[in-house]
Amino acid sequence: MDDLMREFLTESAENLNLLDQAVVELERNPGSKDTLAQIFRTIHTVKGTCGFLGLSRMESVGHSAENVLGRMRDGELAVTSDAISLVLRAVDVIKDILAGLEATETEPAGDDTEIIRLLDDLAARAERGGTAAAPAAVAADANADALDAVPAAGDAKGSVAGQTLRVSVDILDRLMNMVGELVLTRNQLLQLTKTEEDTKYADPVQHMNRVTSGLQEAVMKTRMQPIGNAWGKLPRVVRDLSQASGKQIELVMHGAETELDRQILQSIQDPLVHMVRNSADHGIELPEVRHTAGKSPAGTITLNAYHEGGHIIIEIADDGAGINVAKVRAKAVERGLVSAEVAASMAEARILGFIFEPGFSTAAEVTAVSGRGVGMDVVRTNIETIGGVVDITSREGRGTTVRIKIPLTLAIISALIVGHGDQAFAIPQIGIVELVRVTDETRHLIETVHGAPVYRLRDRLLPLVRLDAVLGLSRGSDDGDLIIVVAQVGQSHFGIVVDEVFDTQEIVVKPIGRLVKDLALFAGTTILGDGRVIMILDAAAISAKARASSAGSESGTTAPGEPGGADGGAETSSLLLFKCGAEAPQAVPLSLVARLEEFPVAKIEAAAGRYLVQYRGALLPLIPAIDGIDLASVDPRPVVVFSDGRRSMGLMVDRILDIVEATVRIEMGGGRPGVLGAAIVGGQATEVIDTYFYLQQAYSDWFATETGANRRPRVLFVEDSGFFRELLAPVIQAAGYDVSTSSDGGHAIKRLERGERFDVVLSDLEMPGVDGFELATRLRAHPQWRDLPLLALTGRDTPGWRERALAAGFSDYLVKLDREAVVAAMERAVANMKGVAA
Amino acid sequence: MSQVIEAMHGEFISFRVAGQLLGIPVQMVQEVLTAQRITRVPLAAPEVAGFLNLRGQIVTAVDLRARLDLPPRAEGESVMNVVVKDKEELFSLLVDEVGDVIEVSADIFETPPPTMDERWRQSCEGVYRLKGELLVAVNVPALLNLQRAKD
Repeated sequence: MDDLMREFLTESAENLNLLDQAVVELERNPGSKDTLAQIFRTIHTVKGTCGFLGLSRMESVGHSAENVLGRMRDGELAVTSDAISLVLRAVDVIKDILAGLEATETEPAGDDTEIIRLLDDLAARAERGGTAAAPAAVAADANADALDAVPAAGDAKGSVAGQTLRVSVDILDRLMNMVGELVLTRNQLLQLTKTEEDTKYADPVQHMNRVTSGLQEAVMKTRMQPIGNAWGKLPRVVRDLSQASGKQIELVMHGAETELDRQILQSIQDPLVHMVRNSADHGIELPEVRHTAGKSPAGTITLNAYHEGGHIIIEIADDGAGINVAKVRAKAVERGLVSAEVAASMAEARILGFIFEPGFSTAAEVTAVSGRGVGMDVVRTNIETIGGVVDITSREGRGTTVRIKIPLTLAIISALIVGHGDQAFAIPQIGIVELVRVTDETRHLIETVHGAPVYRLRDRLLPLVRLDAVLGLSRGSDDGDLIIVVAQVGQSHFGIVVDEVFDTQEIVVKPIGRLVKDLALFAGTTILGDGRVIMILDAAAISAKARASSAGSESGTTAPGEPGGADGGAETSSLLLFKCGAEAPQAVPLSLVARLEEFPVAKIEAAAGRYLVQYRGALLPLIPAIDGIDLASVDPRPVVVFSDGRRSMGLMVDRILDIVEATVRIEMGGGRPGVLGAAIVGGQATEVIDTYFYLQQAYSDWFATETGANRRPRVLFVEDSGFFRELLAPVIQAAGYDVSTSSDGGHAIKRLERGERFDVVLSDLEMPGVDGFELATRLRAHPQWRDLPLLALTGRDTPGWRERALAAGFSDYLVKLDREAVVAAMERAVANMKGVAA
Repeated sequence: MSQVIEAMHGEFISFRVAGQLLGIPVQMVQEVLTAQRITRVPLAAPEVAGFLNLRGQIVTAVDLRARLDLPPRAEGESVMNVVVKDKEELFSLLVDEVGDVIEVSADIFETPPPTMDERWRQSCEGVYRLKGELLVAVNVPALLNLQRAKD
């Protein structure tokens, strides 16, 4: 291909992309002389060059389109929707020809007589002055003094050409690679001068260090492109869609100037188009429907891009119908992604997550615009490939927001360098929550439950993965300090145990060779300052592998790949599995277990049919897991300790078996006393015990006196997830409250309106129907409940939610799983109320 | 036989692995290096010796002793790297020693004898009858296809 042709193709492609935007803009604003002049200019330039290069097909289409545009510019033809559609069709034909040119270097064959005839007819109609009458006259006035645009093109070009240069992407990529190498060499030099004191190289190396950093930054900048470049297609997409569907859609774009690496930009382009198309097709309703719902007839799709802590956030929001959670739930069950029971108790946010499953579509029929083979699963895969995350929130009737978080660049990341024996590994900083050093004094906080190590981190059990075990390395020493790298994968935390932690470095990510790609444990390789090659660990893969191997080994109590298991995305929990007597193994949610202990039987005192043990300077009541336990049969006796913050009790078992991940099915009422529900572990239904029942048994006296003395404060607990209702209600009750539950805000308000009195309302934020925010707003608006203590409860600490919750009227904001904090906050709230009343 | 053969008659770089003389066409070899620091890759296939740093590029080292079912190299025994490029990726073949460039021609070429070990037969193109010794012409892409080796 000769240079002239290549230049022509590049320039035309750019021009035509701008053209799409301009034509849509013109339709919205038919009087805009500037826009019209710009469009005319572009077509004129393309047509002119075609003639020069002997591209006859393109020239004739361009010529006819130019004629129509010329009439519009001269005010002889009205800028109507039909006319614009025709011009866009002509642009499409030109684009097709360009694509053919790029592939084959010759103009592809094709018949353009129809489009040319239509364009010429339109132009001729203007000449006759007939049909275009009234609107044409108006437009004519507006455009009477339209500029002669063509010379202006020359001016504009002249001024820009002096400041910018077209550089091929290959050269930029090579520059980036070489800068990567330079950064590594610089790191090596720094290492060398660090070990040698008083070297004469120190100053020049320092200088080189600064220059290299500057160079790195500058080269990275050359690869940065405004995200607006990826948005260029969207106005056209939305316009075509609204035309085809009869909807009115406004596209609003904020932050188009936000810059990111071109490689990333390319990867998000298709997902963006797909999501906007989704919003337009499935989200925004028809004008009549919107009118009935009390919304303005025109729907809005808003794109928003901005920087947030080294990342780029892109939001695609629409004010359409929102997603019908019930439909998604039904579809998920129908497709066998989750069982009906589990789906019923899953939080809305988790249900919406199913939208990203392959082949998942709730659209009743596939329309012309959607269903083009790109599903939301592809969107998620594309975004995750570049280290990004995507999540979706939706409110029925209000609209849907998709939020994408992606790194600024892929090439260089910040990583923690850790060591095991003589080997070093890099862990990307992005997934690391904190580091915990385990010394000889704190080593006892690492315990094992049937071979699975856990660490007591601030009264929680953190599952541990030994790096040497998961990577099959020789086992590290058990003496000396260890470091736990606490990593977050999805919503859960786990600890990677390493021997040593060196430092945090900016590393250049290199692809991993194909012979080891299948291992999936590594995210790439990099070269350290001393020239050593090290592997970059993938925390998510390590967590998955550790889970799979612990499920595969050990006594066959668990089975990998259970329906709704760790991979199914269902509501799974970590369960502690134990056995007592001849009964089948039983389980208790690990989140309710405070500690695991073993007591010598001799230390256990029996009095009046009850068992006690001296523990940490107090008496700990012990309850056998089965009636008629033979105390002496196991010595020392394993005890699972539960605590609700103030009181503790121990459950005596024969053997602790394992920690497993399983789906818990809660049985509402009717179950055996002491049994919370069942979980399928290793294909067998396993009872999940109710800790509240045992706490109550242990403290029956305490409960008796309390109820007699003064009235227990009443709590209304609003929570849509049956799992959390059953998990937390006993804890609250055990802390001395009367608990009533509601499954959503609407129900809660009804109860209050019926005249039920509560001292505290504890509410989840994400709920179907009336959610937590709305509940707070509505209660605060009512004089009777203005001062009612209102505590927000959330499954995860989403940034910005605390502020939102407090603004809506909540008195406090708590994370669900922190049971002690929940109880403490309730005590504070009730005490405050008493103070107010007195 | 594959079309690679046509290109293969010509100059070969010869090297030895556990006494056997092997060779690959000169144009496939990027460079030859002495022993390098190699980072082991946990859980990788036994043939993968690890990664080495060649002027900022990551090279996957494949131990030909392991790849060809030969006894492992003893401690302190010499090792050399023959760096080749396959499908845009760099690999280093770990061999015991690298010998001369040898000119070979079609008239001394034979297809692999059927009695040859299956693993060897899969990863070699044929045998050249040199004076006093046989040179096994290695098929690099097949050698680097560990999947096939396992089957």
